[in-house]
Amino acid sequence: MTIIEATGLTKVYRSKSGPVHALAGMDLSVPRGTVKALLGPNGAGKTTVVKMLTTLIRPDSGTAFVDGIDVVADPKGVRRIIGVSGQYAAVDENLTGFENLEMVGRLYHLGAAESRRRAQELIDLFELTAAGNRPVKGFSGGMRRRIDLAGALVINPKVLFLDEPTTGLDPRSRIALWAVIKRLVAGGTTVLLTTQYLEEADQLADDIVVIDDGRVIAEGTSDQLKAQIGGHRLEVALVEAGDGAAAREILARYGAGEPATTSDGRGLEVAVIDGPRALQQVLAALGAADIRLHDAGMRRPTLDDVFLKLTGHKADMAADKAADAELEKAK
Amino acid sequence: MTAAATLPTWNPLSLWYSDGWTVTKRNLIKIKRSPDMLVFAVVQPIMFVLLFSQVYAGAISVQGTDYVQFLMAGIFAQTVVFGSTFSGSAMAQDLKEGIIDRFRSLPMSSSAVLIGRTNSDLVLNTISMVIMMLTGLLVGWRVNSSVSEFFAGVGLLLLFSYSFSWVMALLGMSVKTPEVINNASFLILFPLTFISNAFVPSDTLPTPLRVFAEWNPVSSLVQAARELFGNEGTAPVPDIWTMQNPITTVLIGITVMLVVFVPLCVRKFASISSR
Repeated sequence: MTIIEATGLTKVYRSKSGPVHALAGMDLSVPRGTVKALLGPNGAGKTTVVKMLTTLIRPDSGTAFVDGIDVVADPKGVRRIIGVSGQYAAVDENLTGFENLEMVGRLYHLGAAESRRRAQELIDLFELTAAGNRPVKGFSGGMRRRIDLAGALVINPKVLFLDEPTTGLDPRSRIALWAVIKRLVAGGTTVLLTTQYLEEADQLADDIVVIDDGRVIAEGTSDQLKAQIGGHRLEVALVEAGDGAAAREILARYGAGEPATTSDGRGLEVAVIDGPRALQQVLAALGAADIRLHDAGMRRPTLDDVFLKLTGHKADMAADKAADAELEKAK
Repeated sequence: MTAAATLPTWNPLSLWYSDGWTVTKRNLIKIKRSPDMLVFAVVQPIMFVLLFSQVYAGAISVQGTDYVQFLMAGIFAQTVVFGSTFSGSAMAQDLKEGIIDRFRSLPMSSSAVLIGRTNSDLVLNTISMVIMMLTGLLVGWRVNSSVSEFFAGVGLLLLFSYSFSWVMALLGMSVKTPEVINNASFLILFPLTFISNAFVPSDTLPTPLRVFAEWNPVSSLVQAARELFGNEGTAPVPDIWTMQNPITTVLIGITVMLVVFVPLCVRKFASISSR
C-alpha cells in the first residue's frame, strides 16, 4: 500500500534567461513503511518535490497525496501527519534545544505539559541532554541537525521527510546521524529522503529514485540499479603506462563494454558479466602478453557508476552547481 | 510516543490565539537573548531624546511652548515608526534561516507567525516608549493634559506602530535578504520622519518641503500626539483637513493599513519558502 502518491508534478520558475523547469512531470510512489531516496545532483529537483509534498510550494500541475490527503486541497491535514527536517537545520538559534522542541510541540497542539514531556524525551533520545538548555547558537553542525531532526519527530509522524539530512556534515557526524535515521526506520516510519550522496542512498534506502533535470531517470533497489550496468567492474593498474593500448585490447576482448582508462593511462576498468571467470581470463592474457600489474581486482558497481551511465555525467559535476545557481536566481 | 492520529482538534479561535502566543513568546525570548536588539529598543530612544533636546533646544523656538515639550511627540512618532521596520527585517531573517519553512510545515494557524511577529514588536515599541517618556521627564518634558488623554496618545502611537508593522512585514517577506529591508526602509523613513513637523515647526520649511510636511501622515501622528499630551503650543495649525483633524486622520490611516495589509500578509505568507 502506498502512502505517498504523486503524479505528473511540474514546477516552472521564471528567470531572465527563460523558464527553468525545476520539475518536468515527476511521478513518485512510496509504499508504507519503506525508505525511499531521491538521488540526484544539485538542481535536479529533489528539494522542489519535498517542498510540494510538505505543502510549502504548490505544483503548477499534477497531483500529490500523502496518506490519501491532497497536499493542495488540504495542506493542514497533511501537516498534521508529517515531520520535516531540511538541509538548513530550521531551528531557532536563540532558543535552547529544549525550547525549540517545546515550541514545535505547542504548534502541533500537543498542549503545554505534553509538549514539555516530549521535548525532554527527544533531548534524551538524541543524546543532547548536556546541551539541551543552551541556545542552539553554540551547537556544532551535527548537534543542530539532531535538534532539527528531533523537531520532525515531535509527533510520531506517518511520513518523515528528510531533505539532504547530512549535507555539510563531517563524516563522523554523518555516520552518527545515519545511525539515528536507521533506528527510526527500524521502528517502521515511512521516510522520503533526498540526497546527493550515493553512499547515503545506498546505506539508508530500500528503494532509490534517480532524478535529473526534474525527471525520474531510473528507479529500483540499489542492487537493481547496479545490475542495470552489468554485474561487476574489473579494474587493473599497470606498472607501465606504455602497456595501456595492449591491456585495453585484452580488457575489451573479455569485458561486456568499452573499457575506460584513467587520465594517467595506468588504470583501466571494464564492466564484466561473469566476474570471476573474466578476471581469470584477463589475468592469464595479460600475463601471456608480459604486461606487469600493480593491482588487479573486481568490484561491485557503485551508484556513481549508475549515475554516470544514466546521465552521462558524474553526480557531483561542477556543471550542477551552475544549474543550481541558475535555479536560485530564477527564484 | 504520541500517535499522530490522536492529535486534538481545536476550534479555530483558540488555535489562532494559542499559536499566536507561542510565536510571540519565541520572539520575546529571542529579543531577550540578543543584546543588539535591546540596545536598539532601549539605548537609541534615550540617545535621541538627549541629543535633540540638548542640541536643538536653544536654536529652535516654538510659539507658545518650549522646544523640549514640542520635541517629545516627534521623537515618539519617529521611534515607533522606525521600531516597526524590525517586523520587516525579522521576517526576512526568519525566511532566510529556514525557520519559516519549519513553521509552514506545522499544522498551525496560518496567521500565527505574523501575529506573533507584530505582537512582539508592539512589546518592543512599548518598552522604547516607556523609556523615552522617562528620559523626557528627566529633561523637562511634562504632560499637560488629562490622564485619559495621555493614555489615548500613547495608545494612538502604539496602534499606529502596530499597523505599520504589518506593512513592514509584507515588505520583509518580499525581499531577498534582511539587509535590503534595512536599507530600503531607511531611504524611505528618514525623509518621511524628518520632512514633517516632528522636529521643527513645518511653517519654517521652504515651500515644497512645507507642503510635503503638511500632508505627511507622520505629521498628523505627531500633531495628534502633541494635542493629546497638551504639548502643541499656540502656533496656528496648517489649514489642512488632515492637520486640523489629526486624531481622525491617524485612526483612518491605522484602519486602512490593517484592512489592506493584514490580508495581504496572510496571503503572502501562505506561499513563501526559503531558497
